[in-house]
Amino acid sequence: MKNTAILALGVGAAMFATAAYAGTVDDIKKRGELICGVTTGLAGFAAPNDKGEWAGFDVDICRAVAAGVLGDSSKVKFVPTTGKSRFPTLQSGEVDMLSRNTTWTFDRDVKLGFEFAGVNFYDGQGFMVRKDLGVKSALELDGATVCVATGSTTELNLGDYFRANNMKYVPVVFEKSDEIRAGYIAGRCDAYTTDRSGLAAQRSQMPNPDAHVVLPEVISKEPLGPLVRHGDNQWGDVVRWTLNVLVIAEEKGLTAANVESMKSSTGDPEVKRLLGLEGEYGARLGLPNDWALNIIKQVGNYGESYERNIGPNTPIGLARGVNGPWNKGGILYSPPFR
Amino acid sequence: MSTQDYGVTEPVFTPKPDLPPPASTVGVIGWVRNNLVPDWFNGAMTVVALLALYMVIPPIVNWALFDAHFVGDSRKACKPNVQIVRDKVATKGIMPDGTTLDVETTADRIVVPEGVIPNVRWERKMVEGVVRAKGREYAKVVVEKDVIIEGACWVFVGVRFDQFIYGFYPKEERWRPTVVIGIGLLLIIYMLTDGMPHRGRVAMFLLIPFPVIAFFMFSGGVLGMPHVDNAKWGGLVLTIIISSVAITGALPLGVALALGRRSQMPIIRWFCVLVIEFFRSVPMITILFMALVVLPLFLPPGTTFDQLLRVLIGVTIFIAAYTAEVVRGGLQALPKGQYEAADALGLGYWKMMRLIILPQALRIMIPAIVSLFIGIFKDTTLVQIVGLNDLLTMVQLAVTDAQWIGLSKEGYFFCGFVFFVFCFSMSRYSMYLERKLHTGH
Repeated sequence: MKNTAILALGVGAAMFATAAYAGTVDDIKKRGELICGVTTGLAGFAAPNDKGEWAGFDVDICRAVAAGVLGDSSKVKFVPTTGKSRFPTLQSGEVDMLSRNTTWTFDRDVKLGFEFAGVNFYDGQGFMVRKDLGVKSALELDGATVCVATGSTTELNLGDYFRANNMKYVPVVFEKSDEIRAGYIAGRCDAYTTDRSGLAAQRSQMPNPDAHVVLPEVISKEPLGPLVRHGDNQWGDVVRWTLNVLVIAEEKGLTAANVESMKSSTGDPEVKRLLGLEGEYGARLGLPNDWALNIIKQVGNYGESYERNIGPNTPIGLARGVNGPWNKGGILYSPPFR
Repeated sequence: MSTQDYGVTEPVFTPKPDLPPPASTVGVIGWVRNNLVPDWFNGAMTVVALLALYMVIPPIVNWALFDAHFVGDSRKACKPNVQIVRDKVATKGIMPDGTTLDVETTADRIVVPEGVIPNVRWERKMVEGVVRAKGREYAKVVVEKDVIIEGACWVFVGVRFDQFIYGFYPKEERWRPTVVIGIGLLLIIYMLTDGMPHRGRVAMFLLIPFPVIAFFMFSGGVLGMPHVDNAKWGGLVLTIIISSVAITGALPLGVALALGRRSQMPIIRWFCVLVIEFFRSVPMITILFMALVVLPLFLPPGTTFDQLLRVLIGVTIFIAAYTAEVVRGGLQALPKGQYEAADALGLGYWKMMRLIILPQALRIMIPAIVSLFIGIFKDTTLVQIVGLNDLLTMVQLAVTDAQWIGLSKEGYFFCGFVFFVFCFSMSRYSMYLERKLHTGH
């Protein structure tokens, strides 16, 4: 008898669950804030600034979604999640979305029941060397000693890359990233390899960051992007198209500063649709028609966010590389807005 | 004229003053002899220890004080204001096969711009490096160059100080935690000072109404104070909240569990044994993860059972289980005669515990309980893994800000200092308490 009661309670909870999942956008509007899972601090991607506000490249995605849904990019509650706690936090509904350097893989997309809204940063393994060395490309590293983390996929990728290019190398393996950095600084190896965003962060922690350079080659795929739970496609669309708006805005030259004037002066039909001058595109997502305008006005386009947080003029100093627009040598390519 | 005066002075016995102890056993020399070089082995140990201190302490003091930067409001204040000129120098490189080769490399030279007082020191030393020679091979080189001596950047701690203390608590509301913790601290000091009137009442106030008042002060939403979501609580304030809730909750709960475990009533006893053994056999991280990850999966989504509350409950029960075992140890250390004497006086169970057993048992347990509490204070840093922003987390978050990246040494130094102050004062108080309560048997 008691068991039946518990079972009934469980079924009730499950039904309640589906009901709660159905309208994330409405939930957010009712709550008045977006709850966004971020990292527990990663330079350039998510960290609180001196004023105690979260800032960074991943944080901007959360802010853009809030600007689109609520019209105010500051109405976000940030929940710091660790590598271990991020997925349960999203699954249990404690956060509406995750934007925290998560690699899009088959397992996470399919088995864990998440939906990746796209890729906001194409990361991948790269190399860093001292400028003194005079090396401009990883293909010149024949015969080099390379510092690498032991037992990682990084180590395997390194071996594959050198073999594929018919080059020789001497691996110098370490356990932890701090040890690798110390070994590299002490001159135990010529090159240091790990994910490029990690390399950039390590570089900025070195005594003389300007003396080191991250080489342009990327030898593995780490597509990072925001994700939501399965089961609410409208909400997934909102996040996906928020990301796309940022990319399209850069392609069309819309910036936070000029988007208002572009609104009256533009003749481009796609920009007109984007800014809500033609059609009812916002309404189809359950959002106000000027949602994209708010995103661009409050957060800026993809390129602005990149330059502000991780671009060459920041301490992180990552060149655009593959993360540039498709018509300028990168692979950022948004489906058309029509 | 006196008849006794024979013109002879009778020798009066005056004892000679004691000879001073040999110079080699008193004063500085004596102390040094007794404590530092009583024999050749200890003398050698002293030399080794002094050498070790000499190697460790001056660099730390130089880094933390003499080469440190204190004034400013951004990272720029800590940047060296001297120019680093990169000279090209010709030198010998050592190839992997051992042969030498003429190579060209660069060496830093520091130039002080005119009218600038350098804010850093530097030294010239030999530095080993690698250069690419003959197009494809790598040669080792040793060049002499200027190396800047690194100093601490306390500007970072200064700028982030408020965040380290208050977390994300809104700026204009920060007086609230300050007031609560200030009053709490004053009341605790009052309660712990001997001879003050009404100490018992103050203790009762601290135990029951004070946490409620404190909660409303922190959380707001009453008396015109705006509501502050507890996700925004953080920094040292959160560390203090978690540890004080755990300490005040765990002590009574632990005593109750310990008494329950020694109870004659089987159900109570089994229950207490179960709770104690379960929570003692599981690591605290597991408890935190259970609270964070497993619990929400059983609850209907949308019902967000407050995260901080979950952690507080988990930590309190965890510590209570340990306290219970310490208390049980204290109870068992009392001679059986004490129990029998209390029974003979006709005291009931609660009176016996309150008047005879617990006062004696608690005194025995002071060192163990205080080290438990110091342990909790430090263990609060584990809440980081469930995404709460305690002091340590705030420091780690701050060093991931692109502006301050790489200053973790300063952050950890500060964090360690704060923890030291708290834990050291707790331990000194417990030593004082032991001396005071030591009744000589």
